[in-house]
Amino acid sequence: MTLLRVENVSKHFGSLIAVDSVSMTVEPGELRAIIGPNGAGKTTFFNMISGFLTQTSGKIIFADEDISSLLPARRVWRGIARTFQITEVFPELSVRENLRTAVEVTAGYRLSPWLSQDGDNEVRARVAELLDVSGLAEKADRLVGELAHGDQRATEIMMALALKPRLLLLDEPTAGMGDQETYDITQLIRKLHRDQKLTIVLIEHDMRVVFHLADRIMVLAEGKMLAEGTPQEIAANEIVQAAYLGKAAA
Amino acid sequence: MGDIDINKQAPNVVVWLLLVAMPFWLPAIGGYPELGTRVVVLGLAAMSLNFLLGYTGVLSFGHAAYFGLGAYGVGMTIRYLMPSTGAGILVGVITGTIAAALIGPLIIRLRGVYFAMVTIAFGQVFFFIAFRWNSVTGGDDGLTGWTRMPLNLGFTSIDILHSPRVFYYFVLILFAIAVAIMAWLLRSPFGRTLIAIRENERRARFLGIPVDQHIWISWVISCGFVSLAGALYALLNNFVDPRALYWTQSGDFVIMAVLGGMRSFWGPLIGAAIYVVLQDYLSSETENWMSFIGLFFVLVVLFFPRGVLGMIRRKVAS
Repeated sequence: MTLLRVENVSKHFGSLIAVDSVSMTVEPGELRAIIGPNGAGKTTFFNMISGFLTQTSGKIIFADEDISSLLPARRVWRGIARTFQITEVFPELSVRENLRTAVEVTAGYRLSPWLSQDGDNEVRARVAELLDVSGLAEKADRLVGELAHGDQRATEIMMALALKPRLLLLDEPTAGMGDQETYDITQLIRKLHRDQKLTIVLIEHDMRVVFHLADRIMVLAEGKMLAEGTPQEIAANEIVQAAYLGKAAA
Repeated sequence: MGDIDINKQAPNVVVWLLLVAMPFWLPAIGGYPELGTRVVVLGLAAMSLNFLLGYTGVLSFGHAAYFGLGAYGVGMTIRYLMPSTGAGILVGVITGTIAAALIGPLIIRLRGVYFAMVTIAFGQVFFFIAFRWNSVTGGDDGLTGWTRMPLNLGFTSIDILHSPRVFYYFVLILFAIAVAIMAWLLRSPFGRTLIAIRENERRARFLGIPVDQHIWISWVISCGFVSLAGALYALLNNFVDPRALYWTQSGDFVIMAVLGGMRSFWGPLIGAAIYVVLQDYLSSETENWMSFIGLFFVLVVLFFPRGVLGMIRRKVAS
């Protein structure tokens, strides 16, 4: 069964066509990378999948359900979680509190005025598990706003993971990071994909990361899909090389 | 969370000791019982506002509307319906809460200054009704001809009218219940979703929190407690006039919350205490007392942006 099917979505901002009739299908367990030059419409495309923006035309089918017009929170409930290009966390709360909020919402406690002892134990155990996976356990009680960029990003990814997503959307997970941080985040994503069989779609500029992680790659340029295929196919594609990879290598 | 931390409990113990003992120490430093009651009542109003402002990150400039509905609710119930303080408070709180619940869906999608402006606008609607509807509300002269009634507990009756001290404790008990409920909610999973919205609305939304719905609930809770404060305010004065509904009254609540520190639970109570005491002292010295409060407010905002309590906290931490 196809997990995500995007059918001919377009987004117009006035006379600007940011995304022009792009389609994509993602199979369960796949790690898909979306690449393309700045202004190619990658983030706009992402925003339409997550519900941050509404498409001008086209359809988004998730697990056989048309989610094209659902609000973001409802898409989250169906299993789509995302991170942002500029990290979105709760800066004045600790890592533990950030994760705890995500875990509680996912466990269905968002409106609860209290939590039973069992519920509390369950939440704490899940938070501990996420801290463990992320390697953030030592920094659990520090305010997220005071952490290094890479750790903030890791916190955001773990919050998205706390939602037990069926599809994880990562918008430039390594943007603005040094080599070591990029390596750590790449390893984390790889671990989530391999160990938890998580379906991931990511936008990424760093080609080392893309070719290291992706099962399939989609190339966008000027709002249109330029090419789609395995990393080998994309690397060998002349149109892509001319439009994008050539420039990146130069 | 859940664990009891002595250091964190210390401020609570201090605040409650001071409040419970207030009728005994306040006269010694030149205060009088009604002053203490005013602090507690306006403190409750400011803390209720802060449930929305400090813990959900939403600024309302229209809380006087619900404060006033609570005040008129209790006054009109005792005057026209039945001479019962309890029933009056109930009617006041229910009226204020229902009004907030109905207005909520019209405003919760707005943010920032737009939300503040629209809350003012709705507040002014209630002000003009109270101001114009002379025959029922007493118009500009206010609603007179009623007083708070003895509390009838069945087996005994408590006179809260003649003893300011008894009335103070009556108010303090309701204050304690309201504040305990707010503190309880803020420590709950629901409370954490509100703080999440304050911290980062976009992230909250993409955690699957329907943000508008949660802001609506926070708004209704906040307005419900502010209408309780309004009811107690009317009972304190045995009187209510349209100024309780006027938008400047909303501004006073915001000033109290910011003055005391809107990121701390007790901050708005401290702010209310400073405001009430300054007002009481200055208004007997000069007609322009508001200028001095304004100046004090500006100084606090400039030099201690986290309010008086925020400043004290930092001192303690360093």
